[in-house]
Amino acid sequence: MVKKALCEECGNEIIIPDDSLVGEIITCSTCGIDYELVKVEESRVELKEAEAVGEDWGE
Amino acid sequence: MTLGLVYDRIRVEEKELIESAKSRGIDLKLVDTKQEYIDIHDEKEKLEEKYGTTVLIRCVSYFRGFSVGACLENKGIKVINNTKVLQICGNKLLTSLALVKAKIPTPKTMVSFSLEGALESSEKLGYPSVLKPLIGSWGRMVVPLKDRDIAKAMIEMREEMSNPLDKIYYIQEYVDRPPRDIRCIVVGDEIVSAIYRYSPPDDWRTNVARGGTVEPYPVNDEFEDLILRTSKAVGGGVLGVDAMESKEHGILIHEINSTVEFRGAASVSKCNIADEIIKYALKLDRR
Ligand SMILES: Nc1ncnc2c1ncn2[C@@H]1O[C@H](COP(=O)(O)OP(=O)(O)OP(=O)(O)O)[C@@H](O)[C@H]1O
Ligand SMILES: [Zn+2]
Repeated sequence: MVKKALCEECGNEIIIPDDSLVGEIITCSTCGIDYELVKVEESRVELKEAEAVGEDWGE
Repeated sequence: MTLGLVYDRIRVEEKELIESAKSRGIDLKLVDTKQEYIDIHDEKEKLEEKYGTTVLIRCVSYFRGFSVGACLENKGIKVINNTKVLQICGNKLLTSLALVKAKIPTPKTMVSFSLEGALESSEKLGYPSVLKPLIGSWGRMVVPLKDRDIAKAMIEMREEMSNPLDKIYYIQEYVDRPPRDIRCIVVGDEIVSAIYRYSPPDDWRTNVARGGTVEPYPVNDEFEDLILRTSKAVGGGVLGVDAMESKEHGILIHEINSTVEFRGAASVSKCNIADEIIKYALKLDRR
């Protein structure tokens, strides 16, 4: 079954790829908002808005 | 053993590390730092249960990774990279100091602490020069100073910022180089990948995060020696060493990354970089 979630910003249906892991960033293809995957279960997917890039981010 | 992977965001690199650990049948502990707290009084065994006996620190946030690493190391858990390395590589000034100390060729660099000092140092270096933040990556806030007016404007802007680190001015000579630099991935005492990174047409920076392209770099003995000496100078481990080809001075090392992103390198490398990192962690765990 294809896993989906609704974009809170624009209502777009976001498809969650099968190999996605918790902690991964999923971008809404319509409005470009980044979400972090919080939970993936058989029937339920939970997203939260991803953190904004911090000054100390990097390699 | 149990291997830990501490993260705050799963990137392509973390996915590959997870996959490699799984295919080796390793008991992998995945810890999202954002969901956790650490009791700094906990015994080693208790921390190991959650974090593993050897831990890869893979946070995108430098301060987060460093802080978790310090807590684990304090109880005798091995972290990759160790916090001394994280600290040096996370700070461009400390990196430059380590390079100078080890006599590794690096661009001429000056540090100053006020608008006046910064302007004087950039006059000394000559224009153009490059102003960099002490902390930060992916080429963010790295700006070329083309002339005195631009230098003054940029530094005045930084003077207005609230973070005290923004008022320390790390200014470097602009190295005359081809529109590319070299990214070398070192695991232990081995170079596992070396690539050219080309800057995208609309940017002078070569960071893959900015959309640059890559190509394999032919490593010779002299280069290998320089890179391994560089790795040693900052304490070793799993590192991304960045070098430039100065038209005047040959290879110069300008930056060392301690939570290296290797997707660009992986796309043109024969070896499995993630797996090399996992193998290194296994070896370290047994020590
Ligand atoms: N002194 C210099 N002269 C010319 N180009 C430079 C100089 N220093 C850095 N660059 C170029 O600017 C870009 C960003 O520099 P640098 O690597 O220092 O920043 P960074 O934010 O730490 O990036 P990363 O961590 O991804 O390597 C790179 O493409 C590098 O080749
Ligand atoms: Zn959307």
